[in-house]
Amino acid sequence: MECSFALTGKDYVIVAADTTAARSIVKMKIDEDKIKELSPHLLMAYSGEPGDTVNFAEYIERNIRLHHIRHLVPLSPSASAAWIRRALAQSLRSRNPYSVNLLLGGYDTAEDKPKLFWIDYLGTLSEVPFAAHGYGSYFALSLFDRYHNPEGTVEEGLATLKRCIDQVSKRLVVAPGKYKVKIVDKDGVREVEI
Amino acid sequence: MNAIASRFSSSSSFKPQSSLGEDEEYGSEYGWGSQAGFGNLTKGLPTFTMPQVQDPSAFLRLHTDDHADPSCRIKIKHGTTTLAFRYQGGVIVCVDSRATAGSYVASGTVKKVIEINPYLLGTMAGGAADCQYWETYLGMHCRLHELRNRERISVAAASKYLSNLVYSYKGMGLSMGTMICGWDKTGPAVVYVDSDGTRLKGDLFSVGSGSTFAYGVLDQGYRWDLTDEEALELGRRSIYAAGHRDAFSGNTCNLYHVKESGWDLIGNYDLSKLHYDGPQGIEGEGYGYEIRIGRASEKVAA
Repeated sequence: MECSFALTGKDYVIVAADTTAARSIVKMKIDEDKIKELSPHLLMAYSGEPGDTVNFAEYIERNIRLHHIRHLVPLSPSASAAWIRRALAQSLRSRNPYSVNLLLGGYDTAEDKPKLFWIDYLGTLSEVPFAAHGYGSYFALSLFDRYHNPEGTVEEGLATLKRCIDQVSKRLVVAPGKYKVKIVDKDGVREVEI
Repeated sequence: MNAIASRFSSSSSFKPQSSLGEDEEYGSEYGWGSQAGFGNLTKGLPTFTMPQVQDPSAFLRLHTDDHADPSCRIKIKHGTTTLAFRYQGGVIVCVDSRATAGSYVASGTVKKVIEINPYLLGTMAGGAADCQYWETYLGMHCRLHELRNRERISVAAASKYLSNLVYSYKGMGLSMGTMICGWDKTGPAVVYVDSDGTRLKGDLFSVGSGSTFAYGVLDQGYRWDLTDEEALELGRRSIYAAGHRDAFSGNTCNLYHVKESGWDLIGNYDLSKLHYDGPQGIEGEGYGYEIRIGRASEKVAA
């Protein structure tokens, strides 16, 4: 089952999402990238209803890009989060709403601070130091409460994420096999192997 | 005849047709003052006709069969195994040919590979009508793309076209799981598209009720550097495996090979014959377990 995690550190945000695309009991693909790079300093991990996820993510990606082109500056992480939340909230009252859950991690270059937002398909938005979606969240949240350090280094953050992934693999029956991990900091976005 | 001709001719003065009912009058509003002949488009753009009920998808669900209620009036034809994979020498597409409606085998000679154009193939799983109609429709748009852009449409673009189309009908009861296969500038390509709106690029896919059985053979025998002969054999064997184990798949298998020069139909194989005699039709060379084991024990004895 789909799992995604994210955590902030001293000057970075780590976002991780599993890479399986499943249909009923079959894994159709094992290397699907479910983390979009919305702007030079913004990452979005998406999960939920198949079809909706990619469609919604591409809609958001293009609109954020459009803003960047029009105004020559990218939308800040918190402004992006508010805009994305609004898009979801409006869709919720439409004929067929998007069932998409998101983790939005970015680095605010104006404030020099990492930002992380947890957004669900109902249009709930909250800024958090760490976050998770899917069945993995039942194991991960307590673990983050115990081990997360908001002033930690990248190595420390990755170690906490590793703990989290290992815990889910150990206890969750339907644990995903592989994860894609991306980091965003003042230098932009990069992918790391875990 | 004149009535039909006049509907399609562009007359210089716009006349609201007297055959339009009261509530259809509003259509002429859009043509007000226009000198153009609107022909049969007086109501503006053509629209998709939907059942006149509150919730069309709930209505459809109520009257069609699924796991929950197999005893309803409309039985949609499904139950399939289809597979396609990419390898060094192109794309192999292989499908069975059985159509079932509930527990009844409605046909054993269905063409589940839809030949979109000489370079593109689509496979059919789920609702037969949905796949046939929308993939033919896709073929039309691929041709228009060729005429407009003076080059063939890429597999990625064609599949995206289809996925956007089915996504716009999401929740209205479309049922299709298809693989769009072909050869474009980037080489061989396989894309999986289904009626949820999912679109996945990959090397190897199998769709349908027998897909798990096909995967069992396919995944174990798959390598990128398969030779053409090995690849065709793998496709055939995988569909045979599914036809043997899945009650809703069987009869015959259709085998296609997509190369740089376009697709080729390799052949149609009777699955019972494959079981006993194999693709060459040699007795005792079959794919069946007992036949294979019998062969092995003969070798031991010799």
